[in-house]
Amino acid sequence: MLTMAVNGRTLTVTIPGDTPLLWLLREQLQLTGTKFGCGAGLCGACTVLINGHAVRACSVPVSSLDGAEIVTIEGLDRRTDAVAARVIDAWIAEQVPQCGYCAPGMIIATIALLRRTPQPGDQEIDAAITNLCRCGTYPRIRRAIHRAASTTP
Amino acid sequence: MSPLITLSRRAVLKGTGALILGFQLPFLPLPPAVAGSTPMPVNAWLRISAAGVTILVAKAEMGQGVFTALPMLVAEELDVDWQTVRAGPAPSDAGTAGLVPGGMHTGGSTSVSASFLPLRRAGAAARLMLMAAAARLWRVPITELTTANGAVSHAATDRRAGYGALAGLAARQPVPPDPPLRDPATWTLIGRSLPRPDTPAKVTGLARFGLDIRLSDLLYAAIRHCPVLGGTLAKIDAAALKDKSTATGYRAGIVAVVSLPDAVAVVAEGWWQAQSALAEVAVSWNEGANAGLASTTLDPTLSKALDPGNPRAIAIAASRGDIDRAMAGAVRVVESVYRLPFLAHAPLEPMNATASVTATRCELWLPTQDQERYLTVLPPLLGLKPDQIAIHTTFLGGSFGRRLECDFGVEAALLSRAVGRPVQVIWSREEDIRHDFYRPASVSRITVGLDGANRPVGWRHRVVAPSILARVRPMALKDGLDGAAVAGIADQPYALPALCVDYVRQDTGVPVGFWRSVGHGNNAFSVESMIDEVAAAIDRDPCVLRRELLAGSPRALRVLDLATDQAGWPRPPAPVAGGRRGRGLALHQAFGSVVAEVAEVTVSDDGRLRVDRVVAAIDCGVAINPDLIRAQLEGGILFGLSAALTGKITIDKGRVVQSNFHDAPVLTLRDAPVIEVHIVDSAEPPGGVGEAGTPPIAPALTNAIFAATGRRLRSLPVGDYDLASG
Ligand code: FES
Ligand code: FES
Repeated sequence: MLTMAVNGRTLTVTIPGDTPLLWLLREQLQLTGTKFGCGAGLCGACTVLINGHAVRACSVPVSSLDGAEIVTIEGLDRRTDAVAARVIDAWIAEQVPQCGYCAPGMIIATIALLRRTPQPGDQEIDAAITNLCRCGTYPRIRRAIHRAASTTP
Repeated sequence: MSPLITLSRRAVLKGTGALILGFQLPFLPLPPAVAGSTPMPVNAWLRISAAGVTILVAKAEMGQGVFTALPMLVAEELDVDWQTVRAGPAPSDAGTAGLVPGGMHTGGSTSVSASFLPLRRAGAAARLMLMAAAARLWRVPITELTTANGAVSHAATDRRAGYGALAGLAARQPVPPDPPLRDPATWTLIGRSLPRPDTPAKVTGLARFGLDIRLSDLLYAAIRHCPVLGGTLAKIDAAALKDKSTATGYRAGIVAVVSLPDAVAVVAEGWWQAQSALAEVAVSWNEGANAGLASTTLDPTLSKALDPGNPRAIAIAASRGDIDRAMAGAVRVVESVYRLPFLAHAPLEPMNATASVTATRCELWLPTQDQERYLTVLPPLLGLKPDQIAIHTTFLGGSFGRRLECDFGVEAALLSRAVGRPVQVIWSREEDIRHDFYRPASVSRITVGLDGANRPVGWRHRVVAPSILARVRPMALKDGLDGAAVAGIADQPYALPALCVDYVRQDTGVPVGFWRSVGHGNNAFSVESMIDEVAAAIDRDPCVLRRELLAGSPRALRVLDLATDQAGWPRPPAPVAGGRRGRGLALHQAFGSVVAEVAEVTVSDDGRLRVDRVVAAIDCGVAINPDLIRAQLEGGILFGLSAALTGKITIDKGRVVQSNFHDAPVLTLRDAPVIEVHIVDSAEPPGGVGEAGTPPIAPALTNAIFAATGRRLRSLPVGDYDLASG
């Protein structure tokens, strides 16, 4: 039997094991903040935290997640998670989103980056944030990451 | 749904204690063709009640900020605290969608310009009605009342009432037909970079896009269209999915396999299940007339239509001066041909729609730019009347013109009807890339004649391109001319004494549609490349030449000067070891705005291209919200840059070759340049900004590459070229 924790709640998964995590989140759990963009690990719209790492949920079968701890955009708790709070606040302060469809994945990827590298330089940001934004909010994303990290671009 | 408004000059929803205003005829400058024949137009609704002020926007929020800019216009005159204003999508059904001026669709960068006057008047009218209500209540002259932060006050008697408390009585006051508007000098909201009200929901995952609609009993559909563009479905064999032991006859979780005219869909309890099952359905297609279509033959076909001897009809788009004489008298001629590929939109949210259809009603949840079109397309298909159709507009996860089409929404409706339950159809990214309505490929030839003093005296411009309007608005095709295909050529602000622009329609079988900035994108590339080529031919600085040609266009000149000054023109960018650097300039006027962009590039000796910086200046008239304008310019520039660098759709055997972001790459964070946007302080009426930033970036880029390397790129994408030195 497959068990995992999603946003702190433990659940038993009964859907076919080859189903990507993305669809468990979006359909069974109705956690629609995690987006579908390409289904092929290319765009990052579906990025979630799995055991603290930023992972593309469209490309991870649920069968590989027994015992995993998963956090989605809905599971970020700004009262207990200072990094998440800083990133979200930075996204608001820089008025990053246009359509906003990439925002959850971008925010999750940034949180994972800042936990690992609290003061990233531009090259580290380039290497870590490979999510796509079709609205062209990249300059603001870069500024928001620096703001959240209190570094200067 | 309760009626939102009554279509009288006074709009009241009885018994709710709310003031609900439709923005009506007297407030609207109607195009002459519709005036008199049209019912009361409504393009937004304002609801004031004890619960607060809500401004409903009859335009799609696809990232461009209409849920901010339009409510700001209302709030400015209404005198409410911006923090308390809520914005949301207006519902659209037959009763209301037909009433929005210009139609309830979002396109052409017109939302703000068309709303600038009517929405302020609506806010002003509502404020006067609230004051009139207070005057009656307190039995004081209205002239003694003031408003601030959503409340009416009477200083002499120290009384104050919030708008919510007055709304019920206000709704019974006459609507002032011509309310005075504030002096712009006293504006407190317009001109400020107010934060977007939709940001908090978008950064917490709560914003609902089309894909996020969840209904009880909802099923999900995956879809596969005929791989050949324009082909149809012949026959399906779903035996692989059958299971006699289940109620549906299919394996567990699969509800139905549905044939559509040009596609097959699997409807299931979950999308992944549906998508996986779809691969197991054996399908044969009628590939139709396009089965042999290939870019290798299409490109020469377009080019051949340029030839003087081509048998195709030539439509004159614009002509001024005596072009034949001007060219005959020219002492020197510069001529070039420019080629552009088909382009996909690829918004990050793939095509999708949710529908619930019964025998008497069709309810749709759509990320759409064109609600109104559904009201004409769906009724005959479903055997329903327009007033049996209701549309809920969701947030759009990008669109760029793609969601002006209604193919995906129609599919959802047909699938829901077929299975008798609500259905959400979701296209895979592969379907999204392969079944778009692409930006038209085009080939243009420009011939410029110069006199003895090197002044351009004649400009001949021929555009060969498939027609978008022939499909979507055939009535707009005049004498074979598709105005969208030649947009932005004849009306450029350069002084050209003689000019002739003509158009050869060459359809290709590849479906074409509106792509951010439409023909302006194609044509700014050829015009602004040619201006640079002329500058090079006469050995003049490209900025100096443009300044000369803009001497009679002070507005454009101001924009040019602002961009080039800020970019440090003419000082060349600092050299780097192992690379060549260059700066390129382009200017374009469209959608009521003028934009100039300066791109700085580094081309390494081994051919790698890096765009280092883009400096942009815009005159978009009164700047309603400068930060939104900056965001739209940034986005428009990066969207155009992405296409210029790598964007192309190619065809083989009638099929689109590209399929997902690995072979249809788009710009990444790493490759995005620094962008600076400068806004001209302007009192002109507001122009469009959503599309205005896109056209100049491709020619600014190739002009910069020319400055860096001496190589003139006359086709896109840049990625097709090897830029290594030597
Ligand atoms: S949807 Fe998962 S990476 Fe694009
Ligand atoms: S804001 Fe639209 S995709 Fe990033």
